[in-house]
Amino acid sequence: MTLPTNWEMVVGLEVHTELLTKSKLFCGCANNFGSEPNTNICPVCLGLPGSLPVLNREAVEFAMRIGMALRCTIAPSTFHRKNYFYPDQSKDYQISQYDLPINAGGYLDLPDGSRVSIERAHMEEDTGKSTHLGGSGRLAGADSSLVDYNRCGVPLVEIVSGPDIRSAAQARVYAQELRAILIATGASDGRLEEGSMRFDANVSVRRSGEPLGTRCEIKNLNSLRSLQRAIDYEALRQIELIGDGGVVRQETRHWDENVGETSTLRVKEDADDYRYFRDPDLVDLAPDQDWQDRVRAALPPMPAQRRGEVVALLASPTEAQLDAVEVVIDLGLEKYVHAVAAAAGDAALALSRAANEIAADIDHVDRLTTEAFATTVAMEQRGELSATQAKTVLASLLDQGGDPRSIAAALGFEQLSADSLGATVASLIEEHPDEWQRYREGDDKLAQFFIGQVMKVTKGQANGKAVIGELQARR
Amino acid sequence: MKSALEIAADVRSGASSAVAELERSLSVIAQRNEALNVFLHVDSEGARAAATRVDARVARGEDVGALAGVPVAIKDNLCQVGVPTTCSSRILEGWRPPYSATVVERLVAAGAVVVGKTNLDEFAMGSSTENSAFGPTRNPLDPSRVPGGSSGGSAAAVASDMTSISLGSDTGGSIRQPAALCGLVGVKPTYGLVSRYGLVAFASSLDQVGPFARSVTDAALLLEVIAGHDVRDSTSLPEPAPSLVARVNDGVAGMRIGLVRELVDGADDSVAAAVHAAADALRAAGAEVVDVSIPELGLTLSAYYLIAPAEASSNLARFDGVRYGRRVDADDVTSMMEATRTAGFGAEVKRRIMLGTYALSAGYYDAYYGQALKVRTLTINAFARAYGEVDALLGATTPSVAFKFGEKTDDPMAMYLNDVFTIPTNLAGDPALSVPFATGEEGLPVGVQLLGPGRSEARLFAAARVLEIADGRA
Repeated sequence: MTLPTNWEMVVGLEVHTELLTKSKLFCGCANNFGSEPNTNICPVCLGLPGSLPVLNREAVEFAMRIGMALRCTIAPSTFHRKNYFYPDQSKDYQISQYDLPINAGGYLDLPDGSRVSIERAHMEEDTGKSTHLGGSGRLAGADSSLVDYNRCGVPLVEIVSGPDIRSAAQARVYAQELRAILIATGASDGRLEEGSMRFDANVSVRRSGEPLGTRCEIKNLNSLRSLQRAIDYEALRQIELIGDGGVVRQETRHWDENVGETSTLRVKEDADDYRYFRDPDLVDLAPDQDWQDRVRAALPPMPAQRRGEVVALLASPTEAQLDAVEVVIDLGLEKYVHAVAAAAGDAALALSRAANEIAADIDHVDRLTTEAFATTVAMEQRGELSATQAKTVLASLLDQGGDPRSIAAALGFEQLSADSLGATVASLIEEHPDEWQRYREGDDKLAQFFIGQVMKVTKGQANGKAVIGELQARR
Repeated sequence: MKSALEIAADVRSGASSAVAELERSLSVIAQRNEALNVFLHVDSEGARAAATRVDARVARGEDVGALAGVPVAIKDNLCQVGVPTTCSSRILEGWRPPYSATVVERLVAAGAVVVGKTNLDEFAMGSSTENSAFGPTRNPLDPSRVPGGSSGGSAAAVASDMTSISLGSDTGGSIRQPAALCGLVGVKPTYGLVSRYGLVAFASSLDQVGPFARSVTDAALLLEVIAGHDVRDSTSLPEPAPSLVARVNDGVAGMRIGLVRELVDGADDSVAAAVHAAADALRAAGAEVVDVSIPELGLTLSAYYLIAPAEASSNLARFDGVRYGRRVDADDVTSMMEATRTAGFGAEVKRRIMLGTYALSAGYYDAYYGQALKVRTLTINAFARAYGEVDALLGATTPSVAFKFGEKTDDPMAMYLNDVFTIPTNLAGDPALSVPFATGEEGLPVGVQLLGPGRSEARLFAAARVLEIADGRA
């Protein structure tokens, strides 16, 4: 989408991600999505009188990984209380980092070469989950409400970008790249559909060259599609409002995915006064250099680097291949491509098989060794397996593991040697002189005719590329 | 009345039994509790079962622990699994915690028998127990007077011989002040020496659990049992409990003690005279007592009445009727919370929640809470400077002896001023204790306060022991 001429949008994102720790941020309860309501709870996360929080070391480590991946400075930090009454918050305050976050001052480079600054990435605890029965399904007007405290106290990291994003599409790419980084660090599973990653967008507009406009915050965007649509909608709304002589109010807005509109949630004057102050139940957090060094050393390569390493294996990558690279990086499958490349095999073919065939059965990827994959791709490349056969062999490897050669043999994919293929092609040329003549005169479409004939004779066991090779050799 | 040390020795040797000691305690409670209103809940059944277990262990020849068979009273802001815990508030009526405070676990592990839960000012906010939703506790030495507060019930339990020792909590003087008014030893330990896990928070950065006892040795014994690192309290000091009982007779020879002008000025003549007499007794025992002035202490009362309510306003937010305790139904959740808190909290608690909410509010934070934090830093530095010159400090615990009911209830400021001598050490996080010395008006006891730098409890006990002996109490 493009904005009217001379208008520019200014966007900053706040991204909340749940951490994949074994236990909650301040107690030993399991950090599990989907358990029976109110089963992962204890006096601490229920905020029972007299209970006290104790910081989870693993959560600190995961927060540091995120900070390091985003090139932030790891700084001595503190925890504050954000005070507000809400039933799904067991203490009626949220423990969150405030003026001194653990990670500050980083950046994220996007695939298109743009850079988005990261102001901070701080730790905080999640709230419980309310279900409102009757009425509109919101708290106001509900007949009754149920609260599940399983999520209460689950560790979160909130990543706050600078106001550096200039389009909804760029916001989406930023969110995608951030998600890939979070997954790569092992700190988050990046599952949007389970709410383990959520977006708030700060949007303002201005005429080119003018100072920043008043911003509105759109809360709780749960998908990349919502994020992009909501930002576009909001920027246009503000431009129209200003165009009609109106003034943008600083407010928090709600995105309705079904209607495709944002609406006022609350205006700034009504905003809660959270009365932040240092939580006296917790002590300062200052990871020493040794701890930081260990976390940094254990950090795996980030998506940008991994992407570059796969792209470098391709001669002149097409758009479709770049998409396949994204899939492979997202699913962590690049080791298969590198295994083929290392054996001087066809990296493009390996990329395609990994992004399609392996990705299709990703839950069983552990059964497929890089050796078996490389062998299968090599067999296909040499014409020992047709494309269809190679896909069948990979499916079987993912289903039950094993050796590709034995599987091919067991499936009756007899090797069609170059000699016997040549003989088959030669006899078919004799049987179809007219078609052969047209092919020799340059009608390439006839290649498909001969491939079809060869497939018929060999019951599908020939390799299409190998047939073309034979035809071209005789042309 | 036997000391805790004697009871434990008798139970361990078989000269007495935990059950016999408990029954003696329960019979005194039966005789006097109705008049004095010391216990909000007497757990006779649970205590009898616990005492029986202790005796069975003794019979098997096991080492039962330092408090073998000693009946102990605990303030009703400490959680004990399955036993009602009210904080003297209507809002927690009926709540039974599913877990025990670390200090309670440690008492039980040392063989003690928890007899019941004692009265306090609601959520420990007060200096007389007059703020209890369940009626005030009377001072056993003169039932027309207050026992002090907020741990008035725990002080009265020991002063009336219901138990030999008890636990209280001290946020601004809530152990030392009632100890002084009831003629007992009361200790506010170094912040972090005793776990706060299971202590219902009033002001988290100031709260400490500590002992009441008739004697210095019993107080040291009880503190030794409950002190030491607890992984469940992040603010807990990292080291194990210090050795205290073994050092109570170390004396004060060579000790340099500062008599703090600001901790005597404003006290009644009889109280000031007791402090000066205590200084003489310490000198006679070989200490050097010098006059000291710490002007910053004049700022601490105001700072305390911003910091403590600010923390309380947040700590007490959870009492919203959603999960436990009292609920007053209403049309929607916000109204329910409002109705519950309106009905559940008493006037003083509401006053402090409002004070604290105001002090933390946008636009006022810097002028109030922020400024109070600066005063706190000044106080910490001022004490540190003093402890560069002397080993301990001496002053009064309270400005007067026990006052009469209703004397200060109409004037919150007059009540707050009762804590003027005890508050500074809470802000600094340092230990202090009150030990009875001489008598004041009407023959009522006077408490003398000894203060020291962090982790100096053993030194303070040694000095208190000298005063105890000089006063003819041991």
